[in-house]
Amino acid sequence: MQPKLLRSDRFVREFPLYLMILPAVLLVAIYSYGSMGGVIIAFQKFIPAKGLFGHQQWVGVQNFHTLFSMPNIGPVIRNTVVIALGKMIAGIIVPVAFALLLNEIRSRLAKRVFQTLVYLPHFLSWVILSGILINLLSPSEGFVNILLSKIGIQPIFFLGNAHAFPATMVVSDVWKTFGFGSVIYLAALAGINPALYEAAVIDGANRWKQTLHVTLPGLASIIVLMTVLGFANILNGGFDQIYNMYSPVVYSTGDILDTFVFRLGIEQAQYSLSTAAGLFKSGVSLIFIVASYYLADKFTGYKVF
Amino acid sequence: MSIRTSTSRKVFLAVNAALLTLVSLICIAPFINLLAVSFSDKTAVAAGEVTFLPVGFTTVSYEFITNSSKFLDSLIVSLKRTVIGVPLNLLLIVLTAYPLSKSRKDFRARPYFSWFFVITILFNAGLIPTYMVVKSTGLINSIWSLLLPGALPVFSMLVVMNYMRSLPKELLEASYIDGANHLQTLLRIVLPVSAPTIATVTLFAFVDHWNSWFDGMIYMNRIENYPLQTYLQTVVVNPEEFIRNNTDLSGNLSKYLSLVSARTTGAAQMFLAMIPILCLYPFLQKYFTTGLVMGSVKE
Repeated sequence: MQPKLLRSDRFVREFPLYLMILPAVLLVAIYSYGSMGGVIIAFQKFIPAKGLFGHQQWVGVQNFHTLFSMPNIGPVIRNTVVIALGKMIAGIIVPVAFALLLNEIRSRLAKRVFQTLVYLPHFLSWVILSGILINLLSPSEGFVNILLSKIGIQPIFFLGNAHAFPATMVVSDVWKTFGFGSVIYLAALAGINPALYEAAVIDGANRWKQTLHVTLPGLASIIVLMTVLGFANILNGGFDQIYNMYSPVVYSTGDILDTFVFRLGIEQAQYSLSTAAGLFKSGVSLIFIVASYYLADKFTGYKVF
Repeated sequence: MSIRTSTSRKVFLAVNAALLTLVSLICIAPFINLLAVSFSDKTAVAAGEVTFLPVGFTTVSYEFITNSSKFLDSLIVSLKRTVIGVPLNLLLIVLTAYPLSKSRKDFRARPYFSWFFVITILFNAGLIPTYMVVKSTGLINSIWSLLLPGALPVFSMLVVMNYMRSLPKELLEASYIDGANHLQTLLRIVLPVSAPTIATVTLFAFVDHWNSWFDGMIYMNRIENYPLQTYLQTVVVNPEEFIRNNTDLSGNLSKYLSLVSARTTGAAQMFLAMIPILCLYPFLQKYFTTGLVMGSVKE
């Protein structure tokens, strides 16, 4: 067989594969890579009328200077990290606890019913959930405050009080995600070898000791994995949720990078500054994402791709 | 000793069952309340009398919104977007996952293409550059602005690719030996055995299209082009706006205005927007679970 013949033969065989992948490559090239090229706006004095790749004036890192001398950029970054970390920590503890408790339920039907009920919020958009929460949390007529007043607690303006806002975001995010978040831990619990429990019982371990010495070690690697992967979201405060529930009175603790980028770019039409802020977020996120994937592989042998 | 253990165990089980019941109620109660509000009289709602059952049962809020052209317009945009968007997502997922599931020997360029797609997960260009590209391609105010930028859901594609990669090699070799080409093999062999994964990513795509609202808000300038969730967002953020916007529209709406409030019509609209999700819920629960476990616990 001649190498030349082989090469053309190979091309004929692989050609349909190129053809198949072509539409997606084109769309991703335009919309993802085109946008990535568009981050040059961050280094320009961008005038929209001239077009994305038109002749714009270059200003180097001046936009970043302006951005980081804005008085609210510090609090915005702090708010983002505080809310994201809160969600990350609560988003591991609550689903793990729920999975452990659900695992103790013997009746299959009851288990199924509990799961069906707690998964529901996961599938609904933050638009609908915010609409519901705004009503539930209203200081005057909201159900939660009516309940609080019945046990003698002053009404709390959860969405209009800067002290309460970040915690409200964390708790409502947990409410939406913990049920479905527990799926992964339930799968891990189902995968623990029953022989380990039998051995523990023979050694005289009660239920609590079994949980401590068999169940938790069985979950350890998945908990480590989810923690490590969680760091990829360190700058994701949750735009959909916060944008639909915040207001200027809680900007001091509730304004996050994504909402800041949105107001700067879409509402104030500060394209270059907004892109600079977005690029800052994406750049830092990239480092965290790559680091977390690397650590996940190193600690647990988990390959994301 | 054993009796004492079993007593404490019983106490634990009872407390545990009570706790889980309470937690489940917290998850579901707001939606029952929403449904009750949507069927209640507006004065009872304003007085905070409605909990889990409608007070002064009435369907007037539903009559009001089903006569509201804005609600219906946005519903049609959402249906259109879902009906075109989900098959488009699927087509691109399958056409991309199949070549990428080949070994490097069979598709030499595979690693380059893999990185080409994975990089888009790692780095996000941000709001303004994405907006500018959509604008440059002339999609502002077009339904395609909601379809083309996310036409290939990369995560779903990777899930399908991983599944196809795990198929036994003999299956595909037999097909090629029988003289089938790539397309025939994909359609007749690979797709049928990948059905559960395809179901998973179909549901991912559906929920994504149905729940998206942000793209509608930034790419559409006119409210009649808003998809349902984007329209709902304006109602949620500015409830009184909805009633005011609709007062001058048509004669048959004005007769409802004294009967409905922003609370009751808002609840009715949110509930209607939940219906497709509720209808698919049994499947969502089943296939999202497998999808999640497939994507995460692979050992």
